Amino acid sequence: MKEWFAEIATAFSQTFIEANRWKALLSSIGVTLRITFFALILGLILGILVAVVRSSHDQLEMDGKSNKIINILNSLCSLYLTVIRGTPVMVQMMIMYFVIMASTTNKILVGTITFGINSGAYVAEIIRSGIMSIDKGQMEAGRSLGFNYVQTMGFIIIPQAIKNILPALGNEFIALLKETSIVNIIGIKDLTKWAMNVQGRTYEAFMPFIGIAAIYLVIVIGISKLMSLLERKMRNE
Amino acid sequence: MNEVLIKVENLSRHFIGGKIKALTDVSYEIKKGQVVVVIGPSGSGKSTFLRCLNMLEIPTSGSIVVDGVNILDKNVDINQYRMKMGMVFQHFNLFPHMDILTNMTIAPLKLKKQTPEEVKEKAMQLLARVGLEDRADAYPNQLSGGQKQRIAIVRALMMDPEVMLFDEPTSALDPEMVGEVLDVMKELAKQGMTMVVVTHEMGFAKEVADRVVFMSDGQILEEGNPKEIFEHPRCARLKDFLAKVLI
Ligand SMILES: Nc1ncnc2c1ncn2[C@@H]1O[C@H](COP(=O)(O)OP(=O)(O)O)[C@@H](O)[C@H]1O
Ligand SMILES: [Mg+2]
Repeated sequence: MKEWFAEIATAFSQTFIEANRWKALLSSIGVTLRITFFALILGLILGILVAVVRSSHDQLEMDGKSNKIINILNSLCSLYLTVIRGTPVMVQMMIMYFVIMASTTNKILVGTITFGINSGAYVAEIIRSGIMSIDKGQMEAGRSLGFNYVQTMGFIIIPQAIKNILPALGNEFIALLKETSIVNIIGIKDLTKWAMNVQGRTYEAFMPFIGIAAIYLVIVIGISKLMSLLERKMRNE
Repeated sequence: MNEVLIKVENLSRHFIGGKIKALTDVSYEIKKGQVVVVIGPSGSGKSTFLRCLNMLEIPTSGSIVVDGVNILDKNVDINQYRMKMGMVFQHFNLFPHMDILTNMTIAPLKLKKQTPEEVKEKAMQLLARVGLEDRADAYPNQLSGGQKQRIAIVRALMMDPEVMLFDEPTSALDPEMVGEVLDVMKELAKQGMTMVVVTHEMGFAKEVADRVVFMSDGQILEEGNPKEIFEHPRCARLKDFLAKVLI
Protein backbone atom coordinates (compact mmCIF):
# COMPACT_ATOMS: atom_id res chain seq x y z
CA MET A 1 0.00 0.00 0.00
CA LYS A 2 2.77 2.34 1.01
CA GLU A 3 4.66 1.47 -2.14
CA TRP A 4 1.65 2.23 -4.25
CA PHE A 5 1.30 5.66 -2.72
CA ALA A 6 4.97 6.33 -3.28
CA GLU A 7 4.60 5.34 -6.92
CA ILE A 8 1.65 7.65 -7.35
CA ALA A 9 3.52 10.50 -5.72
CA THR A 10 6.47 9.99 -8.04
CA ALA A 11 4.24 9.87 -11.09
CA PHE A 12 2.46 13.00 -9.91
CA SER A 13 5.65 14.90 -9.38
CA GLN A 14 7.04 13.66 -12.70
CA THR A 15 3.91 14.73 -14.54
CA PHE A 16 3.08 18.04 -12.96
CA ILE A 17 6.09 19.40 -11.14
CA GLU A 18 9.33 18.36 -12.80
CA ALA A 19 10.64 20.62 -15.54
CA ASN A 20 7.99 23.17 -14.50
CA ARG A 21 5.35 21.16 -16.40
CA TRP A 22 2.57 22.86 -14.45
CA LYS A 23 3.43 26.11 -16.18
CA ALA A 24 2.92 24.54 -19.58
CA LEU A 25 -0.26 22.95 -18.21
CA LEU A 26 -1.68 26.30 -17.16
CA SER A 27 -0.93 27.85 -20.51
CA SER A 28 -2.47 24.86 -22.31
CA ILE A 29 -5.65 25.25 -20.25
CA GLY A 30 -5.64 28.90 -21.33
CA VAL A 31 -5.36 27.88 -24.99
CA THR A 32 -8.26 25.43 -24.74
CA LEU A 33 -10.46 27.98 -22.97
CA ARG A 34 -9.56 30.76 -25.36
CA ILE A 35 -10.36 28.70 -28.45
CA THR A 36 -13.62 27.53 -26.90
CA PHE A 37 -14.67 31.01 -25.81
CA PHE A 38 -13.97 32.85 -29.06
CA ALA A 39 -15.37 29.99 -31.14
CA LEU A 40 -18.50 30.23 -29.03
CA ILE A 41 -18.84 33.97 -29.66
CA LEU A 42 -18.27 33.51 -33.39
CA GLY A 43 -20.71 30.59 -33.42
CA LEU A 44 -23.39 32.64 -31.66
CA ILE A 45 -23.05 35.54 -34.08
CA LEU A 46 -23.15 33.26 -37.13
CA GLY A 47 -25.95 31.23 -35.60
CA ILE A 48 -28.19 34.24 -34.93
CA LEU A 49 -27.57 35.67 -38.42
CA VAL A 50 -28.30 32.38 -40.17
CA ALA A 51 -31.35 31.68 -37.99
CA VAL A 52 -32.82 35.13 -38.70
CA VAL A 53 -32.23 34.80 -42.46
CA ARG A 54 -33.84 31.37 -42.53
CA SER A 55 -36.81 32.38 -40.41
CA SER A 56 -37.48 35.55 -42.39
CA HIS A 57 -37.28 33.54 -45.59
CA ASP A 58 -39.86 31.09 -44.23
CA GLN A 59 -42.04 33.99 -43.09
CA LEU A 60 -41.91 35.66 -46.52
CA GLU A 61 -42.80 32.35 -48.18
CA MET A 62 -45.84 32.06 -45.94
CA ASP A 63 -46.90 35.60 -46.78
CA GLY A 64 -46.68 34.67 -50.44
CA LYS A 65 -44.04 37.33 -50.97
CA SER A 66 -40.46 36.71 -51.96
CA ASN A 67 -37.36 38.81 -51.88
CA LYS A 68 -34.43 38.10 -54.19
CA ILE A 69 -31.75 39.04 -51.69
CA ILE A 70 -33.30 36.96 -48.91
CA ASN A 71 -33.65 34.04 -51.33
CA ILE A 72 -29.95 34.18 -52.22
CA LEU A 73 -28.91 34.57 -48.57
CA ASN A 74 -31.17 31.67 -47.63
CA SER A 75 -29.59 29.42 -50.27
CA LEU A 76 -26.12 30.34 -48.97
CA CYS A 77 -27.22 29.56 -45.41
CA SER A 78 -28.65 26.19 -46.45
CA LEU A 79 -25.42 25.34 -48.22
CA TYR A 80 -23.42 26.33 -45.14
CA LEU A 81 -25.56 24.18 -42.84
CA THR A 82 -25.45 21.19 -45.18
CA VAL A 83 -21.69 21.27 -45.72
CA ILE A 84 -20.70 21.94 -42.12
CA ARG A 85 -23.07 19.43 -40.59
CA GLY A 86 -22.30 16.84 -43.28
CA THR A 87 -18.50 16.70 -42.88
CA PRO A 88 -16.23 15.82 -39.95
CA VAL A 89 -14.87 18.78 -38.01
CA MET A 90 -11.37 17.26 -38.27
CA VAL A 91 -11.58 17.43 -42.07
CA GLN A 92 -12.90 21.00 -41.86
CA MET A 93 -9.88 21.95 -39.78
CA MET A 94 -7.49 20.36 -42.27
CA ILE A 95 -9.10 22.26 -45.12
CA MET A 96 -8.98 25.47 -43.11
CA TYR A 97 -5.32 24.95 -42.15
CA PHE A 98 -3.86 23.64 -45.40
CA VAL A 99 -6.13 25.32 -47.96
CA ILE A 100 -8.19 28.31 -46.93
CA MET A 101 -5.87 29.85 -44.34
CA ALA A 102 -2.64 28.28 -45.59
CA SER A 103 -0.83 31.61 -45.44
CA THR A 104 -1.47 32.24 -41.71
CA THR A 105 0.98 31.18 -39.07
CA ASN A 106 -1.48 31.81 -36.24
CA LYS A 107 -2.65 28.26 -35.56
CA ILE A 108 -4.88 29.25 -32.66
CA LEU A 109 -6.76 31.59 -35.00
CA VAL A 110 -7.24 28.73 -37.46
CA GLY A 111 -8.58 26.50 -34.70
CA THR A 112 -10.88 29.22 -33.36
CA ILE A 113 -12.32 30.04 -36.77
CA THR A 114 -12.80 26.39 -37.65
CA PHE A 115 -14.70 25.68 -34.46
CA GLY A 116 -16.62 28.97 -34.63
CA ILE A 117 -17.86 28.19 -38.13
CA ASN A 118 -18.62 24.63 -37.14
CA SER A 119 -20.47 25.59 -33.98
CA GLY A 120 -22.42 28.32 -35.83
CA ALA A 121 -24.19 25.66 -37.90
CA TYR A 122 -25.45 23.87 -34.81
CA VAL A 123 -26.26 27.07 -32.93
CA ALA A 124 -28.26 28.29 -35.96
CA GLU A 125 -30.53 25.29 -35.81
CA ILE A 126 -30.90 25.60 -32.03
CA ILE A 127 -31.87 29.26 -32.37
CA ARG A 128 -34.21 28.55 -35.25
CA SER A 129 -36.02 25.94 -33.20
CA GLY A 130 -36.15 28.52 -30.39
CA ILE A 131 -37.68 31.10 -32.72
CA MET A 132 -40.22 28.58 -33.98
CA SER A 133 -41.16 27.69 -30.41
CA ILE A 134 -42.42 31.23 -29.79
CA ASP A 135 -46.16 31.65 -30.28
CA LYS A 136 -47.08 33.19 -33.65
CA GLY A 137 -49.14 35.79 -31.80
CA GLN A 138 -45.96 37.41 -30.45
CA MET A 139 -44.75 38.30 -33.94
CA GLU A 140 -48.25 39.53 -34.85
CA ALA A 141 -48.51 41.67 -31.73
CA GLY A 142 -45.11 43.21 -32.45
CA ARG A 143 -45.95 43.89 -36.08
CA SER A 144 -49.39 45.29 -35.23
CA LEU A 145 -47.73 47.91 -33.01
CA GLY A 146 -45.67 49.08 -35.98
CA PHE A 147 -42.36 47.29 -35.42
CA ASN A 148 -40.76 45.95 -38.59
CA TYR A 149 -39.66 42.33 -38.88
CA VAL A 150 -36.13 42.84 -37.62
CA GLN A 151 -37.24 45.02 -34.69
CA THR A 152 -39.86 42.47 -33.66
CA MET A 153 -37.23 39.74 -33.83
CA GLY A 154 -34.77 41.78 -31.78
CA PHE A 155 -37.07 43.16 -29.08
CA ILE A 156 -39.64 40.42 -28.75
CA ILE A 157 -38.85 37.06 -30.35
CA ILE A 158 -35.11 36.50 -29.83
CA PRO A 159 -35.05 37.45 -26.12
CA GLN A 160 -37.78 34.89 -25.45
CA ALA A 161 -36.20 32.31 -27.75
CA ILE A 162 -32.81 32.61 -26.03
CA LYS A 163 -34.45 31.96 -22.69
CA ASN A 164 -36.02 28.76 -24.04
CA ILE A 165 -32.87 27.45 -25.68
CA LEU A 166 -30.39 28.24 -22.92
CA PRO A 167 -30.05 24.56 -21.93
CA ALA A 168 -29.43 23.51 -25.53
CA LEU A 169 -26.89 26.31 -25.95
CA GLY A 170 -25.16 25.15 -22.77
CA ASN A 171 -24.86 21.64 -24.19
CA GLU A 172 -23.43 23.05 -27.40
CA PHE A 173 -20.91 25.06 -25.35
CA ILE A 174 -19.81 21.89 -23.54
CA ALA A 175 -19.62 19.84 -26.74
CA LEU A 176 -17.51 22.60 -28.26
CA LEU A 177 -15.04 22.54 -25.35
CA LYS A 178 -14.60 18.78 -25.64
CA GLU A 179 -14.32 18.77 -29.42
CA THR A 180 -11.47 21.30 -29.35
CA SER A 181 -9.26 18.47 -28.05
CA ILE A 182 -8.45 17.64 -31.69
CA VAL A 183 -6.77 20.98 -32.42
CA ASN A 184 -3.39 19.43 -31.49
CA ILE A 185 -3.50 17.77 -34.93
CA ILE A 186 -2.40 21.09 -36.44
CA GLY A 187 0.12 21.62 -33.66
CA ILE A 188 -1.82 23.83 -31.26
CA LYS A 189 -0.58 23.39 -27.69
CA ASP A 190 -3.91 22.80 -26.01
CA LEU A 191 -4.70 20.73 -22.95
CA THR A 192 -4.70 17.41 -24.80
CA LYS A 193 -1.44 18.23 -26.54
CA TRP A 194 0.13 18.92 -23.16
CA ALA A 195 -0.72 15.41 -21.93
CA MET A 196 0.65 13.87 -25.11
CA ASN A 197 3.90 15.81 -24.70
CA VAL A 198 4.28 14.75 -21.09
CA GLN A 199 3.69 11.13 -22.02
CA GLY A 200 6.34 11.44 -24.71
CA ARG A 201 8.87 12.58 -22.11
CA THR A 202 8.02 10.41 -19.12
CA TYR A 203 6.72 7.30 -20.92
CA GLU A 204 3.92 7.33 -18.43
CA ALA A 205 0.32 7.67 -19.66
CA PHE A 206 -1.85 7.20 -16.60
CA MET A 207 -1.18 10.43 -14.73
CA PRO A 208 -1.22 12.97 -17.57
CA PHE A 209 -4.35 11.62 -19.23
CA ILE A 210 -6.31 11.00 -16.04
CA GLY A 211 -5.14 14.45 -15.03
CA ILE A 212 -6.52 16.24 -18.08
CA ALA A 213 -9.70 14.15 -17.99
CA ALA A 214 -10.26 15.55 -14.50
CA ILE A 215 -9.51 19.07 -15.69
CA TYR A 216 -11.94 18.81 -18.65
CA LEU A 217 -14.53 17.45 -16.26
CA VAL A 218 -14.09 20.30 -13.79
CA ILE A 219 -14.43 22.88 -16.57
CA VAL A 220 -17.56 21.17 -17.93
CA ILE A 221 -19.13 21.06 -14.49
CA GLY A 222 -18.23 24.73 -14.08
CA ILE A 223 -19.94 25.62 -17.36
CA SER A 224 -23.05 23.63 -16.37
CA LYS A 225 -23.26 25.47 -13.07
CA LEU A 226 -22.82 28.80 -14.81
CA MET A 227 -25.55 28.00 -17.32
CA SER A 228 -28.06 26.92 -14.70
CA LEU A 229 -27.28 30.06 -12.75
CA LEU A 230 -27.93 32.15 -15.85
CA GLU A 231 -31.14 30.24 -16.53
CA ARG A 232 -32.40 30.80 -13.04
CA LYS A 233 -31.56 34.49 -13.26
CA MET A 234 -33.43 34.90 -16.55
CA ARG A 235 -36.43 32.99 -15.23
CA ASN A 236 -36.68 35.28 -12.22
CA GLU A 237 -36.60 38.40 -14.33
CA MET B 1 -69.33 60.85 -38.57
CA ASN B 2 -69.26 60.66 -42.37
CA GLU B 3 -65.63 60.97 -43.31
CA VAL B 4 -64.48 57.63 -44.71
CA LEU B 5 -61.42 56.33 -42.87
CA ILE B 6 -60.96 52.92 -44.46
CA LYS B 7 -62.37 51.98 -47.84
CA VAL B 8 -62.17 48.30 -48.74
CA GLU B 9 -62.85 47.26 -52.32
CA ASN B 10 -63.16 43.80 -53.85
CA LEU B 11 -60.95 42.33 -51.18
CA SER B 12 -60.11 38.63 -51.58
CA ARG B 13 -57.86 36.34 -49.63
CA HIS B 14 -57.28 32.80 -50.85
CA PHE B 15 -55.21 30.09 -49.24
CA ILE B 16 -53.40 27.09 -50.69
CA GLY B 17 -53.38 28.39 -54.25
CA GLY B 18 -57.06 29.30 -54.30
CA LYS B 19 -58.40 26.07 -52.81
CA ILE B 20 -59.64 27.91 -49.73
CA LYS B 21 -61.43 31.20 -50.32
CA ALA B 22 -61.43 32.82 -46.90
CA LEU B 23 -62.58 36.15 -48.34
CA THR B 24 -64.24 36.80 -51.68
CA ASP B 25 -64.75 40.25 -53.18
CA VAL B 26 -65.55 42.06 -49.97
CA SER B 27 -66.24 45.79 -50.23
CA TYR B 28 -66.95 48.00 -47.23
CA GLU B 29 -66.48 51.53 -45.92
CA ILE B 30 -65.56 52.33 -42.34
CA LYS B 31 -66.25 55.91 -41.33
CA LYS B 32 -64.47 57.94 -38.74
CA GLY B 33 -65.84 57.43 -35.23
CA GLN B 34 -67.93 54.42 -36.20
CA VAL B 35 -68.12 51.23 -34.21
CA VAL B 36 -68.50 48.39 -36.70
CA VAL B 37 -69.27 44.98 -35.23
CA VAL B 38 -68.61 41.93 -37.41
CA ILE B 39 -70.63 38.80 -36.67
CA GLY B 40 -70.99 35.44 -38.39
CA PRO B 41 -70.44 31.74 -37.96
CA SER B 42 -67.01 30.32 -37.26
CA GLY B 43 -64.86 30.04 -40.39
CA SER B 44 -66.84 32.72 -42.24
CA GLY B 45 -63.78 34.94 -42.74
CA LYS B 46 -64.23 37.48 -39.93
CA SER B 47 -60.67 37.23 -38.66
CA THR B 48 -59.25 37.19 -42.15
CA PHE B 49 -61.16 40.39 -42.98
CA LEU B 50 -59.97 42.11 -39.81
CA ARG B 51 -56.37 40.96 -40.23
CA CYS B 52 -56.31 42.17 -43.83
CA LEU B 53 -57.12 45.67 -42.59
CA ASN B 54 -53.67 45.97 -41.00
CA MET B 55 -52.01 43.58 -43.42
CA LEU B 56 -51.26 40.83 -40.92
CA GLU B 57 -52.93 38.82 -43.64
CA ILE B 58 -51.80 39.78 -47.13
CA PRO B 59 -54.84 40.04 -49.44
CA THR B 60 -54.78 38.07 -52.67
CA SER B 61 -56.47 40.93 -54.51
CA GLY B 62 -58.48 44.09 -54.00
CA SER B 63 -57.65 47.38 -52.37
CA ILE B 64 -57.69 48.93 -48.91
CA VAL B 65 -57.57 52.71 -48.97
CA VAL B 66 -56.65 54.47 -45.74
CA ASP B 67 -56.47 58.29 -45.76
CA GLY B 68 -56.52 58.19 -49.54
CA VAL B 69 -53.61 55.74 -49.86
CA ASN B 70 -53.96 52.14 -51.04
CA ILE B 71 -51.97 50.26 -48.42
CA LEU B 72 -51.61 47.24 -50.71
CA ASP B 73 -49.36 49.34 -52.88
CA LYS B 74 -45.84 47.92 -52.87
CA ASN B 75 -44.27 51.32 -52.19
CA VAL B 76 -46.28 51.93 -49.02
CA ASP B 77 -44.44 51.58 -45.71
CA ILE B 78 -46.92 49.32 -43.97
CA ASN B 79 -45.31 49.86 -40.56
CA GLN B 80 -46.38 53.52 -40.65
CA TYR B 81 -50.00 52.45 -41.17
CA ARG B 82 -49.89 49.76 -38.53
CA MET B 83 -48.94 52.43 -35.98
CA LYS B 84 -52.28 54.09 -36.69
CA MET B 85 -54.21 50.84 -36.24
CA GLY B 86 -54.27 49.24 -32.82
CA MET B 87 -55.04 45.55 -32.67
CA VAL B 88 -56.38 43.45 -29.80
CA PHE B 89 -56.17 39.68 -30.10
CA GLN B 90 -58.25 36.85 -28.70
CA HIS B 91 -55.23 35.50 -26.81
CA PHE B 92 -53.93 38.90 -25.61
CA ASN B 93 -50.38 38.36 -26.94
CA LEU B 94 -48.74 40.39 -24.21
CA PHE B 95 -44.95 40.10 -24.18
CA PRO B 96 -44.26 37.63 -21.33
CA HIS B 97 -40.63 38.68 -20.84
CA MET B 98 -41.51 42.31 -20.05
CA ASP B 99 -43.40 43.84 -17.16
CA ILE B 100 -46.66 45.64 -17.85
CA LEU B 101 -45.13 49.09 -18.06
CA THR B 102 -42.51 47.91 -20.56
CA ASN B 103 -45.18 46.08 -22.57
CA MET B 104 -46.92 49.41 -22.94
CA THR B 105 -43.95 51.69 -23.45
CA ILE B 106 -41.63 49.72 -25.73
CA ALA B 107 -43.40 50.56 -29.00
CA PRO B 108 -43.85 54.32 -28.44
CA LEU B 109 -40.31 54.55 -27.03
CA LYS B 110 -38.70 52.86 -30.01
CA LEU B 111 -41.01 54.08 -32.76
CA LYS B 112 -42.07 57.58 -31.75
CA LYS B 113 -39.80 60.38 -30.77
CA GLN B 114 -41.15 60.74 -27.25
CA THR B 115 -39.16 60.96 -24.04
CA PRO B 116 -39.25 58.13 -21.49
CA GLU B 117 -40.93 60.48 -19.00
CA GLU B 118 -43.72 61.43 -21.41
CA VAL B 119 -44.30 57.81 -22.35
CA LYS B 120 -44.32 56.61 -18.78
CA GLU B 121 -46.73 59.29 -17.66
CA LYS B 122 -49.08 58.41 -20.47
CA ALA B 123 -48.86 54.72 -19.60
CA MET B 124 -49.71 55.42 -15.97
CA GLN B 125 -52.72 57.53 -17.01
CA LEU B 126 -54.00 54.77 -19.25
CA LEU B 127 -53.43 52.16 -16.54
CA ALA B 128 -55.44 54.30 -14.15
CA ARG B 129 -58.21 54.52 -16.72
CA VAL B 130 -58.57 50.72 -16.74
CA GLY B 131 -58.04 50.46 -12.98
CA LEU B 132 -54.68 48.70 -13.12
CA GLU B 133 -52.26 51.43 -12.07
CA ASP B 134 -50.98 49.24 -9.22
CA ARG B 135 -49.93 46.46 -11.63
CA ALA B 136 -47.35 48.42 -13.64
CA ASP B 137 -44.49 46.28 -12.29
CA ALA B 138 -46.28 42.96 -12.64
CA TYR B 139 -45.53 40.44 -15.37
CA PRO B 140 -48.28 39.19 -17.68
CA ASN B 141 -48.37 35.71 -16.11
CA GLN B 142 -49.32 37.31 -12.79
CA LEU B 143 -52.54 38.76 -14.22
CA SER B 144 -55.99 37.31 -14.80
CA GLY B 145 -57.33 36.98 -18.35
CA GLY B 146 -59.52 40.05 -17.99
CA GLN B 147 -56.61 42.10 -16.68
CA LYS B 148 -54.38 40.90 -19.53
CA GLN B 149 -56.92 41.94 -22.11
CA ARG B 150 -57.36 45.38 -20.54
CA ILE B 151 -53.58 45.79 -20.67
CA ALA B 152 -53.55 44.65 -24.30
CA ILE B 153 -56.09 47.37 -25.10
CA VAL B 154 -54.14 50.16 -23.41
CA ARG B 155 -50.90 48.88 -24.94
CA ALA B 156 -52.45 49.45 -28.35
CA LEU B 157 -53.76 52.86 -27.25
CA MET B 158 -50.23 53.97 -26.34
CA MET B 159 -49.58 54.46 -30.07
CA ASP B 160 -52.54 56.90 -30.40
CA PRO B 161 -54.22 54.84 -33.12
CA GLU B 162 -56.93 56.23 -35.38
CA VAL B 163 -58.73 52.92 -35.39
CA MET B 164 -58.83 49.92 -33.09
CA LEU B 165 -59.31 46.37 -34.38
CA PHE B 166 -60.61 43.69 -32.00
CA ASP B 167 -60.61 39.99 -32.90
CA GLU B 168 -62.91 38.20 -30.44
CA PRO B 169 -61.40 40.02 -27.47
CA THR B 170 -63.56 38.22 -24.91
CA SER B 171 -63.69 34.70 -26.37
CA ALA B 172 -60.78 33.39 -24.32
CA LEU B 173 -62.05 34.83 -21.04
CA ASP B 174 -63.87 33.21 -18.15
CA PRO B 175 -67.47 34.49 -18.19
CA GLU B 176 -67.05 36.62 -15.07
CA MET B 177 -64.28 38.63 -16.77
CA VAL B 178 -66.08 39.43 -20.01
CA GLY B 179 -67.84 42.44 -18.52
CA GLU B 180 -64.71 44.30 -17.39
CA VAL B 181 -63.23 44.11 -20.90
CA LEU B 182 -66.46 45.10 -22.64
CA ASP B 183 -66.73 48.08 -20.27
CA VAL B 184 -63.33 49.35 -21.40
CA MET B 185 -64.41 48.95 -25.02
CA LYS B 186 -67.69 50.79 -24.41
CA GLU B 187 -65.78 53.61 -22.79
CA LEU B 188 -63.51 53.79 -25.80
CA ALA B 189 -66.48 53.87 -28.17
CA LYS B 190 -68.05 56.68 -26.16
CA GLN B 191 -64.90 58.76 -26.61
CA GLY B 192 -65.32 58.50 -30.36
CA MET B 193 -62.70 55.89 -31.23
CA THR B 194 -63.22 54.21 -34.59
CA MET B 195 -63.54 50.51 -33.89
CA VAL B 196 -63.93 47.29 -35.84
CA VAL B 197 -64.94 44.49 -33.50
CA VAL B 198 -65.31 40.80 -34.31
CA THR B 199 -67.35 39.32 -31.48
CA HIS B 200 -70.01 36.86 -30.43
CA GLU B 201 -71.26 39.24 -27.74
CA MET B 202 -74.58 40.19 -29.31
CA GLY B 203 -75.45 42.38 -26.33
CA PHE B 204 -72.41 44.51 -27.01
CA ALA B 205 -73.32 44.73 -30.70
CA LYS B 206 -76.85 45.88 -29.93
CA GLU B 207 -75.75 48.43 -27.39
CA VAL B 208 -72.59 49.92 -28.91
CA ALA B 209 -72.47 49.23 -32.65
CA ASP B 210 -73.24 51.88 -35.21
CA ARG B 211 -73.15 49.27 -37.95
CA VAL B 212 -73.33 45.49 -37.79
CA VAL B 213 -71.84 43.37 -40.57
CA PHE B 214 -72.89 39.75 -41.05
CA MET B 215 -70.36 37.54 -42.80
CA SER B 216 -70.80 34.07 -44.17
CA ASP B 217 -68.56 32.01 -46.46
CA GLY B 218 -66.08 34.82 -46.95
CA GLN B 219 -68.66 37.41 -47.98
CA ILE B 220 -70.65 40.19 -46.37
CA LEU B 221 -74.21 38.96 -46.68
CA GLU B 222 -75.95 41.73 -44.78
CA GLU B 223 -75.09 45.06 -43.22
CA GLY B 224 -77.11 47.58 -41.25
CA ASN B 225 -77.69 49.26 -37.92
CA PRO B 226 -78.27 46.98 -34.92
CA LYS B 227 -82.05 47.35 -35.12
CA GLU B 228 -82.13 46.33 -38.78
CA ILE B 229 -79.82 43.37 -38.24
CA PHE B 230 -81.24 42.00 -35.02
CA GLU B 231 -84.92 42.85 -35.36
CA HIS B 232 -85.48 42.78 -39.09
CA PRO B 233 -82.92 40.40 -40.57
CA ARG B 234 -83.57 39.79 -44.26
CA CYS B 235 -81.41 36.93 -45.51
CA ALA B 236 -82.12 33.38 -44.40
CA ARG B 237 -78.55 32.69 -43.28
CA LEU B 238 -78.62 35.63 -40.88
CA LYS B 239 -82.01 34.57 -39.48
CA ASP B 240 -80.61 31.10 -39.05
CA PHE B 241 -77.43 32.41 -37.35
CA LEU B 242 -79.37 34.68 -34.98
CA ALA B 243 -81.73 31.86 -34.05
CA LYS B 244 -78.69 29.89 -32.93
CA VAL B 245 -76.90 32.59 -30.97
CA LEU B 246 -79.80 34.48 -29.43
CA ILE B 247 -81.28 31.75 -27.29
N1 LIG C 1 -53.44 30.48 -42.72
C1 LIG C 1 -54.49 29.82 -43.24
N2 LIG C 1 -54.29 28.77 -44.07
C2 LIG C 1 -55.33 28.11 -44.61
N3 LIG C 1 -56.62 28.40 -44.39
C3 LIG C 1 -56.89 29.42 -43.57
C4 LIG C 1 -55.85 30.19 -42.95
N4 LIG C 1 -56.42 31.16 -42.18
C5 LIG C 1 -57.75 31.00 -42.33
N5 LIG C 1 -58.04 29.96 -43.14
C6 LIG C 1 -59.40 29.52 -43.54
O1 LIG C 1 -60.13 30.63 -43.97
C7 LIG C 1 -61.49 30.54 -43.54
C8 LIG C 1 -61.86 31.77 -42.76
O2 LIG C 1 -61.14 31.78 -41.54
P1 LIG C 1 -61.28 32.94 -40.43
O3 LIG C 1 -61.14 34.24 -41.11
O4 LIG C 1 -60.35 32.61 -39.34
O5 LIG C 1 -62.80 32.73 -39.95
P2 LIG C 1 -63.51 33.30 -38.64
O6 LIG C 1 -62.61 34.27 -37.98
O7 LIG C 1 -64.77 33.89 -39.14
O8 LIG C 1 -63.79 32.11 -37.78
C9 LIG C 1 -61.60 29.26 -42.76
O9 LIG C 1 -62.11 28.25 -43.62
C10 LIG C 1 -60.17 28.95 -42.37
O10 LIG C 1 -60.00 27.57 -42.23
MG1 LIG D 1 -61.73 34.20 -36.03
